[in-house]
Amino acid sequence: MSLKRAYRAALLAGAMAIGLVAAAEAKPFRFSVSGDANTLDPHSQNAGQVTLILRQIYEPLILRGKKLEMIPGLATSWQSVEPNRWRFQLRRGVKFHDGSDFNADDVVFSIKRALLPTSNYSIYVDTVADAVRVDDHTVDIVTRIPDPILPDKLSSVFMMDKEWSEKNNALRPQNTREREEMFTVRNTNGTGPYRLTSRESDVRTELARVDSWWGWENKGLNDGNVTQITFRPVGSDATRVAALLSGEVDFVLDPPLQDVARLKQSLRVLEGPEVRTIFFAMDMHRDELLYSDVKGKNPLKDIRVRKALYHAIDSNAIHTRVMRGQSIPTGTFFPPQVNGYIKSEDVRLAYDVERAKKLLAEAGYPNGFEITLDCPNNRYINDEQICQAVVAMWTRIGVRAKLNAMPLATFFPKIQKDDSSLYLLGWGVPTYDALYSFQSLLQSRDGQPGNGIWNYGRYSYAEMDRLINIMKTELDSAKRTAAINAALKIYREDVPHIPLHHQMIPWAMRQTVNTVHMANNQLEVKWVKVD
Amino acid sequence: MASRSALGRLLDSDVFHSFRGNPVVVVSAAITAIFVLAAVFAPFVTPYNPYDLAGLDLNDAFTPPAWTAEGSARFLLGTDDQGRDVLSTIVFGARVSLLVGFCAVLFAMTVGITLGLVSGYVGGAVESVIMRVADVQLTFPAILIALLIDGLARTALPRDLHSEIALYVVIFAIGIANWPQFARTVRGSTLVEKNKEYVQAARVIGLHPGLIMMRHVLPNVLGPVLVIATLSLGFAILAEATLSFLGVGVPPTRPSLGTLIRVGNDFLFSGEWWMTIFPGAALIILVLAVNLLGDWLRDALNPKLR
Amino acid sequence: MIAFVIRRLLQSVLVMLTVAFISFALFRYVGDPVLIMLGQDFTQAQYDTLVSELGLDQPFYLQFAKFIVAALQGEFGISYRLARPVAQLIMERLPATLELSLVAAILALCIGVPMGVYTGLHRESWLSRFFLTISLIGVSLPTFLIGILLILIFAVQFGVLPSFGRGDVVKFGTWSSGFLTTSGLKALVLPAVTLSLFQLTLIMRLVRSEMLEVLRTDYIKFARARGLTNRAVHFGHALKNTLVPVITITGLQIGGIIAFAIVTETVFQWPGMGLLFIQSVNNADVPVMAAYLLLVGFFFVAINLVVDLLYYVVDPRLRVDRGAASGH
Repeated sequence: MSLKRAYRAALLAGAMAIGLVAAAEAKPFRFSVSGDANTLDPHSQNAGQVTLILRQIYEPLILRGKKLEMIPGLATSWQSVEPNRWRFQLRRGVKFHDGSDFNADDVVFSIKRALLPTSNYSIYVDTVADAVRVDDHTVDIVTRIPDPILPDKLSSVFMMDKEWSEKNNALRPQNTREREEMFTVRNTNGTGPYRLTSRESDVRTELARVDSWWGWENKGLNDGNVTQITFRPVGSDATRVAALLSGEVDFVLDPPLQDVARLKQSLRVLEGPEVRTIFFAMDMHRDELLYSDVKGKNPLKDIRVRKALYHAIDSNAIHTRVMRGQSIPTGTFFPPQVNGYIKSEDVRLAYDVERAKKLLAEAGYPNGFEITLDCPNNRYINDEQICQAVVAMWTRIGVRAKLNAMPLATFFPKIQKDDSSLYLLGWGVPTYDALYSFQSLLQSRDGQPGNGIWNYGRYSYAEMDRLINIMKTELDSAKRTAAINAALKIYREDVPHIPLHHQMIPWAMRQTVNTVHMANNQLEVKWVKVD
Repeated sequence: MASRSALGRLLDSDVFHSFRGNPVVVVSAAITAIFVLAAVFAPFVTPYNPYDLAGLDLNDAFTPPAWTAEGSARFLLGTDDQGRDVLSTIVFGARVSLLVGFCAVLFAMTVGITLGLVSGYVGGAVESVIMRVADVQLTFPAILIALLIDGLARTALPRDLHSEIALYVVIFAIGIANWPQFARTVRGSTLVEKNKEYVQAARVIGLHPGLIMMRHVLPNVLGPVLVIATLSLGFAILAEATLSFLGVGVPPTRPSLGTLIRVGNDFLFSGEWWMTIFPGAALIILVLAVNLLGDWLRDALNPKLR
Repeated sequence: MIAFVIRRLLQSVLVMLTVAFISFALFRYVGDPVLIMLGQDFTQAQYDTLVSELGLDQPFYLQFAKFIVAALQGEFGISYRLARPVAQLIMERLPATLELSLVAAILALCIGVPMGVYTGLHRESWLSRFFLTISLIGVSLPTFLIGILLILIFAVQFGVLPSFGRGDVVKFGTWSSGFLTTSGLKALVLPAVTLSLFQLTLIMRLVRSEMLEVLRTDYIKFARARGLTNRAVHFGHALKNTLVPVITITGLQIGGIIAFAIVTETVFQWPGMGLLFIQSVNNADVPVMAAYLLLVGFFFVAINLVVDLLYYVVDPRLRVDRGAASGH
């Protein structure tokens, strides 16, 4: 073998090896949901489809693990140094995608940016009074009142580069009042595992792996191998499913429920609960209902009527037909993942049409009555279909409910004006604690911050209020749990809502895709492994 | 009197013979008649009233057609996502589709004939204005005009009121998009008739122009109008279906064939094909039959083509 | 000629103003953009500030005048939904719609006209009858149903063509073209076929009836009497005379194609203006909707103007007619 030939062979082998390595390493991942992010500004829109993209690019101080537990992110540790002061130690050696260093100034800048009026993330920093740089890698966050769950909230606030934002005139969160497009709408500079390479709104967004990301070395934090992400939103349900079936996308976050069974035949479907409960709420305040033929009294104030409406609902039929098994029927108003849940209070009133009729007759409505059900038609999974089905079920006991289904843009303003006698609502619990649900949904609306802010039926019950106040202040966890249990018992017995089910959120993907199902319905591509 | 003689001429003429000699047309006419009768008498001919909520059972939902393994003899064409009998929803849906179609065409016809007669007979500035408006409107696709009108109504009317009268809005939207065809044709014929001696004579003896138009001009334009009306009916039914498919048509509480297809479309991949295929087939058959009739009518009434 | 052109131009301006007024009035009160922009929690004060900053509290006519002035400068404001200049968004989407419409129009013409001529010349042949039946089915099938069925067959069942989107595109400045890549061309097939089917059948039927009319004229009879061959009569005389209506029809059909593109783009998730329009309707994105209507209105008026002028050039008889009509 001549030297020349040997050299050539070696060259060839080398080229092949390189080719093989490259082929093994390129792992494209194409995914789709029904709608696109309307901005990529990290603090502008607090909506699921926005954070779905942002969380691949930007990072908060505290990350969420596979079970949504808090894990160190850009902060390596945090502690409450004074009642009103939290101290965060920052990770060293982290770089933004443009190469600049991440340090305390960036944290102070980002927290303050999230506090600005144009931010839609202010609920996560509502108690923050100030953010103070201690040294290059230490930041103090000062709160107006003691806030034990500040770290939980900060896990939703993304960190930006101060210098980059200043240079590009993006000091405030983008808002649409400006007559010009802000730089941050289409440009990003995060610290996360992927960086934006191209973006066409509504059409296609491309992200590429950042090899220098600090987290790749930490196997507990990631076990994905995706090098290239292509995100293409598809609005039509049928087309999105077709794209997945024909292999044009690898992953669909929101497959229509009716297609889950078919998708399961050839694809992988991860099923899991979302921390969200669907229920009917009723006007229990007015002396005469707004949209009803009952004059001079409010039938919903009568517990027998509330129970009758409850007994008339065949929750199993809704579970199997409308939700295709993708729901967990419940007798209470938050799921087991939430602190305070107890199985013994999660009991539904039985489906019993005769009993319902009897209760109605006892209450003085042997022939039923007329009422209007307000229902969103694009907010929760199959919301309008649920309402249609329940309206039909109520008809059987003589309650003639008129269905008023509308888009969320109309629905929420309507119920927020207390302009409803009966409405369907879905309630998620981002804090994973029962207080959030009790305080917002069932406490008397007395003007105190947070009390009954979503209690549009204006339910008011002194004992319930007392128990909720215990939940707020009681430090002894046993006593606090007892208060929650007692409140749940009242919920079951007094029927302030007619609960229906917890939502499930199936994710559909090709067999080659492995990932972790997240109850917050957010995909973390750093955990996606493509075979 | 004049119109009866026109009708008489129609039936006596070889139009009628052409009808009997063409099996496709006879079948189309029969299908159209069946649809119309079924729609009119929907509550009496359907096995169920699909919009009687008390009769619905969610547990019947998604039953496949009767001849399939899991089908039930109770529901010939299966049931939809709420447990309604698909056959019954189709008949009730055809009722809405036909109602919208007929009323829209009637509306377009009334407006078109009136404006066509007036512009043809009166002429002058009136004619110029009417015909320019018609020209301009013809350049805009009817479906876009209907979308516009419907959107306009949605904004102008309060929500509750809108769902009450949505049906009339759709009729108006589709009708208004269609009048120029009628106006143009009627104007053309009117121009021809106007200069004929008998019309001139009627003018000379001082008959009221309205009377002249009604008695002498109108009967002579009825043939082409009938053709356009039939073809427009097919178009109107399709336009309604398209609007409903885009979600801006008739309210979902009174679903038309288009609404049924839109709802069923979500279940096409999940195996509940009957929810969209059957209403779709019904829509196609109905429109096809109407169009075949119109097509034949045009050829039959146009002696030049025979 | 010049007077005619000027008159048509003036009419076009008037039409555009009407369209502008409708598009402005139509969407002035759709939904509540302010609520959508503010998200879930906000105060009444924030709401009011935004209303006044957007100028939504000014009188109607003032808002309209501002709208016209801005529109003339190509300034349609900023999309409520995407927070980007509307003109930019539309420019991004325009190529997709125009390429799709162009292919659909060419398909419709190249298949529709020959079919129309053939069925006109050979009225009784079985192929003509077959074409006619097919065409009737074509006009009787709703566009959206065709699209869904095509996806079901070619994308899901056989997996030969993509079910959505535009494939890879090549950029030329602000223009993006799908004509130059295999995936772009493949992605075009199903939407273009869906969109052209209805227009194709319409064109075929109209050409056929025009042919039938023309073939009956004395002019053709004379030509035949002069002993010209069938071929010369059909293509030299008859077809030439059907040209005028065909031009009109084609012009009108392009308008129809752009309008029906809304439906096709929705079904195929084709990133064109129609999809943008429907997405904007769903989000009460007023500036985009208004701009879309104006632009489409402009297309129609322009097409109509061109058709009118072509008409004038092709058919000398019309010059007399038009003159006479305006003399009234």
